[in-house]
Amino acid sequence: MAKSTSSTQKRRSGRRSPLASIALIVVGLLSTGGAYALFTTAATAETTVAHEQLTEEGSKLFAANCATCHGLDLAGTEAGPSLIGVGEASVEFQVATGRMPMAQSGPQAEEKPVQFTEEQIEALYTYVGAQAPGPGIPDEEYLAADGDAALGAELFRINCAMCHNVAGAGGALTEGKFAPSLTGVSAQHIYEAMVTGPQNMPVFNDENISPEDKANIITYLTYLDENPSPGGLSLGNLGPVSEGLFIWIFGLGAIVAITVWLTAKSN
Amino acid sequence: MAQHDDGVATPDGVTAPDANDTAAGSAIAKVEAREVSPGLGVTRPDTLVNPGFPPHRARLTDTDPRKEKRAERQVSILFFLSIIGSVLAVAAYIAFPIEPGNMTSVRMNTLMLGLGITLGLLGIGIGAVHWAKALMSDVEIVESRHGTRGSDATRAKALEVFALGNKESGFGRRSLIRNSLIGALVLTPIPAVVLFRDLAPAEDPVPLLKHTMWEKGTRLTRDPSGTPIRASDITIGSAFHVIPDGLNDSEHKLEEKAKAAVLVMRLDPADLVERPERAEWSYDGIVAYSKICTHVGCPVALYEQQTHHLLCPCHQSQFDVANHAEVIFGPAKRALPQLPIAVDSEGYLIAQSDFLEPVGPSFWEREL
Repeated sequence: MAKSTSSTQKRRSGRRSPLASIALIVVGLLSTGGAYALFTTAATAETTVAHEQLTEEGSKLFAANCATCHGLDLAGTEAGPSLIGVGEASVEFQVATGRMPMAQSGPQAEEKPVQFTEEQIEALYTYVGAQAPGPGIPDEEYLAADGDAALGAELFRINCAMCHNVAGAGGALTEGKFAPSLTGVSAQHIYEAMVTGPQNMPVFNDENISPEDKANIITYLTYLDENPSPGGLSLGNLGPVSEGLFIWIFGLGAIVAITVWLTAKSN
Repeated sequence: MAQHDDGVATPDGVTAPDANDTAAGSAIAKVEAREVSPGLGVTRPDTLVNPGFPPHRARLTDTDPRKEKRAERQVSILFFLSIIGSVLAVAAYIAFPIEPGNMTSVRMNTLMLGLGITLGLLGIGIGAVHWAKALMSDVEIVESRHGTRGSDATRAKALEVFALGNKESGFGRRSLIRNSLIGALVLTPIPAVVLFRDLAPAEDPVPLLKHTMWEKGTRLTRDPSGTPIRASDITIGSAFHVIPDGLNDSEHKLEEKAKAAVLVMRLDPADLVERPERAEWSYDGIVAYSKICTHVGCPVALYEQQTHHLLCPCHQSQFDVANHAEVIFGPAKRALPQLPIAVDSEGYLIAQSDFLEPVGPSFWEREL
């Protein structure tokens, strides 16, 4: 009995009223929520301004460098396809690998020295991406090449190897077009090429090859880049063409030379 | 070996060139024999005269003792190189072991081992040939062919041996034994015939070639995961590598895949030229074609999304996907078979039926 009285006394004498904790929660929620709202509005305001600046700069760059073929409204002309809905990834890939702007018309746009600075490229793809939705710049998490190389290799053999060669050495297509070599291509550009299907490459959207599987394919290609061929001289990994040429010229050449030496009379 | 009576060896190779009146070696006696050639019905007075040997030319190693010494040293150096190569091969095998997971170590191991063994073998080979060419006798000799008929005495002796064998074994006399032995020998290969006959296909291969795993309602699934594909997953310009649903669980997975592999592409319907009888085979620009080339059966999958060309990497046959995969270039004779597709109630792509013609290259019993 005495114990219970003392405990009730203690509770009464405590400084905390029963409403205190509720008040505390309300104050806490208000302050964090308010602060969050304050900060985020400031941040979005900042990014919006930066975004608008980029878009404006990109619009100028586009008008000066791309609009001749792709049209001022991005709708395309007879000289170039429409860019509506191609997405930031497509523009980044084409411009940052030097394929665009094209040096001349031909079977396909070829890789060449990049014509713009990184800031200009960002402005360009931000501008084109802002006009219509499309595949965006890939997330960093898929580009680290830390996936499953064996699974990536299987997917690569099924989906990519027929054109790009099982070792990513590239190969010929119809009427002068070709699938380029994938050696030394950055993870971001490989990802962007898969998701946008540049030029005659088919599109491999996220429903076909999931982002995780794209990361696996990138892991496989990075593995190929970083590990030398166990067979020694790879001869460009072109398979029977280069290997056959090598053995016909050097292998048979050596046999012919030895035969001549065998049958020649000694001096 | 006693048959070399026709062979005429140049005496020593030095006196022959001196005899200027007989321009060449000592085969002059054979020229007279040629005039009554037993192989020709008509004797030709202008028949080709055997020119005999060219004058023997002494080698430097024959005339110069220093050169001879040098060649001797070269040969022995080559043999020593071979010894070094063989030892190096063993040393390299120990010095460059294959480390599990390290591809570079595999390369170093095989490269060094190969170089060592090559040196070991080539040293012996080149040394032996050099020895023979530079130091061993190189005097030209003639070894004529001789008849294969044995002497009469040998032939008589052989007959005698056979007759004796027959007499002692009774092979000719005991006809029961002889005939049963012949019967036994004739029958011994029979089990092999029965066994090898079973190597032929157990069933008629024609139905196997004519049908694939596709059936009415089979879902189109992704290769290799086997997950079904919705029509909405396939965006314009996409190419999906497709296997029939259930392939991964089938008993003969690779055999079935080799026939049933399909490439699904989505084109802008405006680009698609379709014959009226096949208009129902595609779905909103999505078309499915067999991935097996009609030429010799390579997988055709080099799809170009702008030109809609499909290229076979083996022999460069090209198919126009926009026009029922008709051949536009190369050795293929027939268009790729089209798989009629539809969409089921859940939005997944399904096959309307199997291919309506056999996929892949031609075979004897093919009617089309």
